[in-house]
Amino acid sequence: MNGKTLYDKLWEAHVVRSNPDGTALIYIDRHLVHEVTSPQAFEGLRLAGRVPWRIDANLATADHNVPTTGRRQGITDPVSRLQVETLDQNCLDFGITEFAMNDPRQGIVHVIGPEQGATLPGMTVVCGDSHTSTHGAFGALAFGIGTSEVEHVLATQCLLMKKAKNMRVRVDGEIPFGVTAKDIVLAVIGHIGTAGGTGYAIEFAGSAIRSLSMEGRMTVCNMAIEAGARAGLIAVDDKTVDYFHGRPYAPSEQQWDRAQTVWRSLHSDEDAVFDREIGVNAGTIPPQVTWGTSPEMVVAIDDRVPDPAREADATRRASMRGALEYMGLVPGTPMHDIAIDKVFIGSCTNSRIEDLRAAAAVVKGRRIARNVKLAMVVPGSGLVKAQAEREGLDKVFTGAGFEWREPGCSMCLAMNADHLEPGERCASTSNRNFEGRQGAGGRTHLVSPAMAAAAGIAGHFVDVRNWR
Amino acid sequence: MQKFTTLTGIAAPMDRANVDTDAIIPKQYLKSIKRSGFGPNLFDSWRYLDHGEPGMDHSRRALNPDFVLNQPRYAGASVLLARVNFGCGSSREHAPWALMDYGFRVIIAPSYADIFYQNCLKNGLLPVVLDEDMVQRLFEEVYAQEGYRLSVDLGMQTITTPSGRNIHFDIDPFRKHCLINGLDEIALTLEHVDEIRAYEAQRRKEAPWLFHEARS
Ligand code: SF4
Repeated sequence: MNGKTLYDKLWEAHVVRSNPDGTALIYIDRHLVHEVTSPQAFEGLRLAGRVPWRIDANLATADHNVPTTGRRQGITDPVSRLQVETLDQNCLDFGITEFAMNDPRQGIVHVIGPEQGATLPGMTVVCGDSHTSTHGAFGALAFGIGTSEVEHVLATQCLLMKKAKNMRVRVDGEIPFGVTAKDIVLAVIGHIGTAGGTGYAIEFAGSAIRSLSMEGRMTVCNMAIEAGARAGLIAVDDKTVDYFHGRPYAPSEQQWDRAQTVWRSLHSDEDAVFDREIGVNAGTIPPQVTWGTSPEMVVAIDDRVPDPAREADATRRASMRGALEYMGLVPGTPMHDIAIDKVFIGSCTNSRIEDLRAAAAVVKGRRIARNVKLAMVVPGSGLVKAQAEREGLDKVFTGAGFEWREPGCSMCLAMNADHLEPGERCASTSNRNFEGRQGAGGRTHLVSPAMAAAAGIAGHFVDVRNWR
Repeated sequence: MQKFTTLTGIAAPMDRANVDTDAIIPKQYLKSIKRSGFGPNLFDSWRYLDHGEPGMDHSRRALNPDFVLNQPRYAGASVLLARVNFGCGSSREHAPWALMDYGFRVIIAPSYADIFYQNCLKNGLLPVVLDEDMVQRLFEEVYAQEGYRLSVDLGMQTITTPSGRNIHFDIDPFRKHCLINGLDEIALTLEHVDEIRAYEAQRRKEAPWLFHEARS
């Protein structure tokens, strides 16, 4: 008998019932809710005359549509406003705790879950949002669901699922100066492709992953979905346990010892067998910049825009050509030479305090380049924003010409007023460079916070390893 | 959920790999609080020449003549032929809602993103998986023959081409059962209320901190 993987352990602890056909009813400990994927689920509940199974398992916030300026005036776009008000009303009607737009704890759903201790090791965490994989950084089984499943969780506290396969991505070695969790995960996606993790839960392991802070680990798991995996996972260690001290939803003093004993068993056994294993040496990873319209279209900063003519596979060649045309790039162009129009520092990938500190360290005492029309920093939550202000980071940013905004998803997907104009090019710390993601015709290059900040100062992409 | 048993319809080719759900239904339409009405905005940014916003009269917008679904030969298509990793990206269920609202009931592709695949099944949109060579052959046949129709029989798990060739496909037996009968999955789960309660009671004892209210 082989040992168990972390994923096996989490799965088994949540099986309510196994069916002969290989599906299982899985219990959901935490359900995070936001305004975009929930209204039709609440409506479905009402139509069927059902009520939420366990109200205290739900935590809601408005993040996708909220403005990042002028919140006192409310939301001006009537369609956005209706969606946010619908969430407020649903939470009120069903008794669900919500951090509404003007609550100091409001923020991106994947930032506030851990911040509140509403995400805990050993939990199953779901949300109608694919980046729920973020919460796997804490040894929780966390994955995104669709709206039908949101309704199912609300009504039954369970989901009917089939177990995924196990994949392990081991990242060993020392992480070089100027290289971050974002670069590691982009490099992994570049290596295995955006469908490389489809059908798997990916456990990220190895000395480089262990050396990351909890913020860095969240960045890595956040982008597991960009590799096709619904869930990303990282084993619990001291850093994980320490993270939860004093958080509002964390175990009480009396239960702490029992809880942490359970949490510390949340790792793969020595003799666990994975269906697929990949090894990466962190020491050889340079800062990454995407050049195309899929996160797997990524190269090192000291590399060049690739040439589709050299791609043997016809479907891939066609995708590359389409991407280059959309991005307005010519094969062979050094990444350094690509000038940018806007900088976006934010999103559930990179909007936590560590990310803001890293970006601030780069811009301190400098000014954004003349050709940069807008550089904005959007903290992941009200609490991150307050912390950054206590540290004076807001002054560092505004002093350098960056705008300091209110928390939310903002230009990660541009559902609010923050967006790129057609043809504008952006250095973005978000997770998706799809066509039109940051605004119709907008061109997104995914990078780390330090790389985005440096690009804002230089006006084009630059290697932060030379930026001391 | 809408039942699915059999269907015969025009097949349309979506000849791109990694089509993401942002492309299937752009974000500005996600502000709707309804489940219906997304059809006119399926593939919005590829389909129209202008930039679309909710509330516009989409029937008056200029169509992009180069976009495949705008070609008259694919009008009324109900089978979408697609490439690898279809439906990747965002978990938005608006993607299958839009595809169905447009008129698609079947997608055929070599692979799908996991969340999208589940979302299709929960709405009565049948995502068929065939190997890449088979899908390639279907693409060639669709391009070659105007009015190319496929017949899909979920009970038999077959797709029949105009020349009478039968192609078998696999599908999970439980999913097949739900689709054929249009079952409400929540009602099925609620048949196990006692088991859920028993599990919950046990977990409350073992790990009471999982049931905490905030202590702020
Ligand atoms: S920040 Fe972006 S990726 Fe994250 S939840 Fe918001 S829209 Fe989705």
